[in-house]
Amino acid sequence: MAHSGISVLFEGTNFARLMGGLWTSVWIALVSLAIGLLLGTLFGLLRTLRSRLIRFVLLLYLEFFRIVPTVVLLFLVYYILPRQFNINMPATWMAVLAFSLWVAAEFSDIVRGALESVPKHQRESGQALGLNQWQLFRYVLLPQAIQLELPATINLATRVIKTTSLLLMISVMDVINVGQQIIEANNQTHPTGIFWVYGLIFILYFIVDYPLSLWAKHLTAKQKD
Amino acid sequence: MAEEILKVEHLNKFYGDWQALHDINFDLQKGEVVTLLGPSGSGKSTLIRTLNGLEPFKDGNIYFKGEKVEPTPKEWQKLRQQIGMVFQSYDLFPNLTVLDNILLAPTKVQKRDREEVKKEAMALLERVDLADQANSYPRQLSGGQKQRIAIVRALAMHPELMLFDEVTASLDPEMVRGVLEIIKELADRDHMTMIIVTHEMNFAAQIADRVLFLEDGKLLEDTPGKQFFEHPQTARAAEFLSSMEF
Ligand SMILES: Nc1ncnc2c1ncn2[C@@H]1O[C@H](COP(=O)(O)OP(=O)(O)OP(=O)(O)O)[C@@H](O)[C@H]1O
Ligand SMILES: [Mg+2]
Repeated sequence: MAHSGISVLFEGTNFARLMGGLWTSVWIALVSLAIGLLLGTLFGLLRTLRSRLIRFVLLLYLEFFRIVPTVVLLFLVYYILPRQFNINMPATWMAVLAFSLWVAAEFSDIVRGALESVPKHQRESGQALGLNQWQLFRYVLLPQAIQLELPATINLATRVIKTTSLLLMISVMDVINVGQQIIEANNQTHPTGIFWVYGLIFILYFIVDYPLSLWAKHLTAKQKD
Repeated sequence: MAEEILKVEHLNKFYGDWQALHDINFDLQKGEVVTLLGPSGSGKSTLIRTLNGLEPFKDGNIYFKGEKVEPTPKEWQKLRQQIGMVFQSYDLFPNLTVLDNILLAPTKVQKRDREEVKKEAMALLERVDLADQANSYPRQLSGGQKQRIAIVRALAMHPELMLFDEVTASLDPEMVRGVLEIIKELADRDHMTMIIVTHEMNFAAQIADRVLFLEDGKLLEDTPGKQFFEHPQTARAAEFLSSMEF
């Protein structure tokens, strides 16, 4: 007998499983962002240095991650890396690896742009005070760059969270994957389940991403005046 | 006996193929105040920036306190701790308060004790009438206030030599005097060794022990101050002086 659709969300442990899936998605996004932002800061800094070789290598790295679709990246770390190099790690960690490298690439460009848009005079007056390259970066350029790059960083974070929906491709039990399973398992009893499950997932993503998006807009508007 | 702070020998500087400075020679004794004058584009900023390594030079020598400067980034970074510079565009760090702007280099570069530097910084702020702004951010201050703090920030490093590049040029007229008075006091009271680029001719005439007159990247005159303003040696300098209103 067919139930009213919405009850599919609360049958058995379904709701808890969906929330668990959401947590997996958010967790992967957060860990990847933490690693990627650190690494990206370093790469961004290196890209403002004089060495052409370093700049070239990092540019290639950035372009690679820009051009290759994220799904392909995930396949790469999940199917090809383990087979070719005998690396055996849980799918969640492989996902973190792929996402971190992607975030690092995107963020390195944001950091480089922000560092370069700190006025030249700021760098010179720091140098004139005897600051060395590192002190200049640490106390003068980076704090100003962070201000400039914050909106773009938040936008990147929302993109990362959205892109976790691809995790199902490598069988990570993210919220989409859990949802899919629930839909299939309840196909007979809840024919409209797909609508309710995806409806809920939509709302969940919205709840996570929308505040970030608003914050970025608010900051951008503030910087303009 | 006078102590030599700076000596410049056969300095040539190029931007690409174009020569910006031609065979510059001069020296500077401790306590001397030199103003660097010349028409716009004559190379004043280029020269003064070369003296603390912000511009590389092609050939020639610079001696600081009798020692030849090896023009490597590392050597310049050390020397800059003894050479203060203030720019036209008063570049306080907007992410730091006034006090932290002043404390940054003495505590991080010279590794001096924060409390000790803070006392000194407050005394210096007192001297330029800005002690009440210690915890303000640069954006809350006027141009003149920012420039006075930029001077204090450089002084907190205990420099042997101060370089000023048109520090009043972007200020509103009513702010100019306050800044010039501070520089004058540095000369009279602290006997600070200084090289000053300025378009304020009255001020230059008042403060200069010597005048270096630059045109098209060439040092045309190195003349005692009074003499330069009364009887410039070159026709070009005389023309320059008559073109300036003062
Ligand atoms: N980075 C640069 N690259 C190429 N040419 C430059 C550079 N900086 C300055 N110049 C040129 O060098 C010459 C001297 O410039 P400089 O700024 O030293 O003059 P100045 O005497 O300070 O002039 P002003 O009184 O306008 O400040 C000018 O012709 C200028 O166009
Ligand atoms: Mg100039």
